[in-house]
Amino acid sequence: MMGFENQGFEEAQLHASHGEMESLVLDDDDNNNSGNDNNPSSRSNGITNGDVSQHYNHPLSSSLPFAEILTTDDDDPLLSSSSPHQNPNSFNSLLEPPSYADASFRSFDGDHGKQINGHGAVSTSSPTADSVYLKVSVTDPQKEQDLNNSLVPGGNTFVTYLITTWTNLPEFNGTEFSVRRRFRDVVTLSDRLSDSYRGYFIPLRPDKSVVESQVMQKQEFVEQRRMGLEKYLRKLAAHPVIRRSEELRVFLQVQGKLPLMKTTDVASRMLDGAVKLPKQLFGESVVSAAVDPNDVSHPAKGGRDLLRIFKELRQSVANDWGGAKPPVVEEDKEFLDKKKKMQDFEQELSNVSQQAESLVKAQQDMGETLGQLGLAFVKLTKFEMEEAIFNSQKVRAADMKNVATSAVKASRLYRELNAQTVRHLDKLHEYLGVILAVNNAYSDRSNALLTVQTLLSELANLNSRIEKLEAAASKIFGGDRSRVRKIEELKETMRVTDEAKNCAVREYERIKENNMNELERLDKERHDDFFGMLKGFVVNQAGYAEKMASVWESVANETSGYAAKNS
Amino acid sequence: MQQRSLNGGGLQSPRSPSSQPPFLSVSVTDPAKMGNGVQAYISYKVITKTNLPEYQGSEKIVIRRYTDFVWLRDRLFEKYKGIFIPPLPEKSTVEKFRFSAEFIEMRRQALDTFVNRIALHHELQQSEDLRTFLQADEQTMERARSQDTGIFKKKPSDLMQIFWGVQSKVTDVVLGKEKPVEESNPEYEKFKKYIFELEDHLAEAQKHAYRLVKRHRELGQSLADFGKAIKLLGACEGDALGTAFSELGAKSEILSIKLQREAQNLLMNFEEPLKDYVRAVQSIKGTIAERANAFRQQCELAETIKLKEIDLNKMRIIRSEKMLDAEHEYEELKADGQEATRRFETIGRLMNEEIVRFQDQKTQDMGRAFHEFAKGQARLANAIADAWRTLLPKLDSLSVS
Repeated sequence: MMGFENQGFEEAQLHASHGEMESLVLDDDDNNNSGNDNNPSSRSNGITNGDVSQHYNHPLSSSLPFAEILTTDDDDPLLSSSSPHQNPNSFNSLLEPPSYADASFRSFDGDHGKQINGHGAVSTSSPTADSVYLKVSVTDPQKEQDLNNSLVPGGNTFVTYLITTWTNLPEFNGTEFSVRRRFRDVVTLSDRLSDSYRGYFIPLRPDKSVVESQVMQKQEFVEQRRMGLEKYLRKLAAHPVIRRSEELRVFLQVQGKLPLMKTTDVASRMLDGAVKLPKQLFGESVVSAAVDPNDVSHPAKGGRDLLRIFKELRQSVANDWGGAKPPVVEEDKEFLDKKKKMQDFEQELSNVSQQAESLVKAQQDMGETLGQLGLAFVKLTKFEMEEAIFNSQKVRAADMKNVATSAVKASRLYRELNAQTVRHLDKLHEYLGVILAVNNAYSDRSNALLTVQTLLSELANLNSRIEKLEAAASKIFGGDRSRVRKIEELKETMRVTDEAKNCAVREYERIKENNMNELERLDKERHDDFFGMLKGFVVNQAGYAEKMASVWESVANETSGYAAKNS
Repeated sequence: MQQRSLNGGGLQSPRSPSSQPPFLSVSVTDPAKMGNGVQAYISYKVITKTNLPEYQGSEKIVIRRYTDFVWLRDRLFEKYKGIFIPPLPEKSTVEKFRFSAEFIEMRRQALDTFVNRIALHHELQQSEDLRTFLQADEQTMERARSQDTGIFKKKPSDLMQIFWGVQSKVTDVVLGKEKPVEESNPEYEKFKKYIFELEDHLAEAQKHAYRLVKRHRELGQSLADFGKAIKLLGACEGDALGTAFSELGAKSEILSIKLQREAQNLLMNFEEPLKDYVRAVQSIKGTIAERANAFRQQCELAETIKLKEIDLNKMRIIRSEKMLDAEHEYEELKADGQEATRRFETIGRLMNEEIVRFQDQKTQDMGRAFHEFAKGQARLANAIADAWRTLLPKLDSLSVS
């Protein structure tokens, strides 16, 4: 969806065109993988720059990259019957080794460039000559001791990950460098980005997964987290605006402690704010009750912003429940339409994603059962051959063997097809995540609008008070010095508030602009991504079906002598 | 339904005037639900076409129900010991499916196969019970059925019960594990062992074949659901992408139907023959039990005769007046003994022929089943490939529009 420009380590791409079934070789260093990748489909297949490394992946390795499809070893006819080097008396001798024993995974779509393990982004559908790249990988989890804050003797341990970056972007000093970061740093990065890039569709960071960290095996959990972090950082690197952010650069490059402002915990800010609170709540006389113009460009947070939160809450309640029309209304019809459309899209997408899961499961089951059927026939064949007294038995055994090997082949094909299907249909799932990011951006917009509305209300409020005071003061003969003084103060407050309001409006407009740009970008990427997904899905379905057809056709031909003569 | 001539079949028709070769062809058709509620059952039309003189007329249609077929099978089992009687489809255990169209059709086919196999068997086709079955009116048939329960106490089904329930005892006997009454025939031992193991292997294959049918149905269903959902997504999306989604969804739905059809084909033409194979093996086990019985009877009689002979000789020595009676009994026993031996040997001889026939037949049956299986899978795979291939150019044009 993002990242036309990303390139990285690739495998050479052979274009699998209509009807051609060239074997494609995929890189798979990393055996553990969810089989997802977050890279866009490519419509054209350019040879990529950068290192090109080719690895052959044995499809029968026990940890297939498509680890999402769980098959136990004893179910898997591949594993039990593939190696021709095993005990010759076993069934292996009956089955030929896989015909594509050159051990390559096949993908029929041009997208094999999407790496199975997401290693690196890929070639581009963008025809630009732009050859900037920013590639990130997360590896090597290590346990470390937290020496500073240990209240407990023996200390806190936490895990750090090695984050390696390869880039030719100018703002980075260097083309290859690594840092060590812990998960907390990622949370900080994510928060800072949310602050700085309001209105943008910022990819969501991985969950804190507190429950899972307790429940899962440590190793599994760490691996899951590593994968999540890698995916997240790659998505950030793929976003055309965010990849250029200072926050990301600092995160990727600066050695030692992460120099981004930590998200201060609400508690300490509360303490801060509570000191000032009584004055703020009651302080009509305190000029600083006005909102600092600079603050309006940030969303209200805890602690010192408590007052602002109260005010904005009051405003939003007034918006919802009050009879009066709020001063600034979300008038952009187009925006509202798009928002509604996004909601509908989300619902349908969620539904499709669910059905896609069922489809994958059904394909997996089909493959499994075919494999089991094949094995059962292999056993039968062996039995008949051993016990054969009559020639008819030998003939039958030969026929059976034919069917058995074909069933096992078909089973393998289904497994491979399914792996590809997962790869493609996973895009659906990814977009559900994108929609969450979009909703966040829309929230940014609503919040900014709320701030504006709040300030407008304040201004209206101040204005009416001033008018009342002026009216009262004018009735007093000779002037009312205290009231006049009060009016001056209020006018000053109003001036400040007006400035704040202008700031807020600017911020709001800025966010609106960001929303719009991002929507355009999303629409384009969505178009490309989904077409890529559809084509990839279709090409693979067709390709594998053709292979299966040829397997079965040869059996049908060889048994055609038995065909019923009559109808 | 096949018409086959019975030329070499051993059917004598000396009185047949026509130059036409003798034939007997049967079909089981037109299942119809009869009765109501708990008593309801399915009846079938059994149509016989023949030129054999033993039969009344060239065509006869009768109405039969499942229990009539069971009667026929039991009678043949009793009368033609040594011959592998063709198997019947099982009684339906699950009430819900008893009247489902699928079940009824599968049963009809199996019954049709059953009768035809009998009609084609050179010995069985001469059976009087077969003629009764094919021709008698319903009253006669009913009378015959009710008579049966009295006379024939032990049916193959009972023997089967014994096999399932008290398997060890009988199988021990049959496999010759218990001492006295066992044939010492190594070839036959091998055959028995083969049959028992074969059943296990076949049952497993059949189990997976049935599961495969289910998988086809499940995949079909999930393709239908997926297609529907993605069409909705397309409607929501609109424009070229929306159209692309809709087209894909439509193809998905089409393929779902093809999968359901293939599931049905698999069930009828692959799984059912496998089941039939299993039944045939079970029927053979019945014959094996009969042979064991006959052997046991022969042995027991031989024992009795020996004892009687000893007795007789004793009597001869002491010149007892019972000697004449004893001699009489002895002669009778000897005749019985010869009869028992003859019966046993007939069974053995018949079985040897049957084994050859069985192996040949099964190679044909399985060959056909494999062919249908492969054909069906190829057809399905090609349909899938076509459907998706034809979508591609449309997707290409939509993606740039």
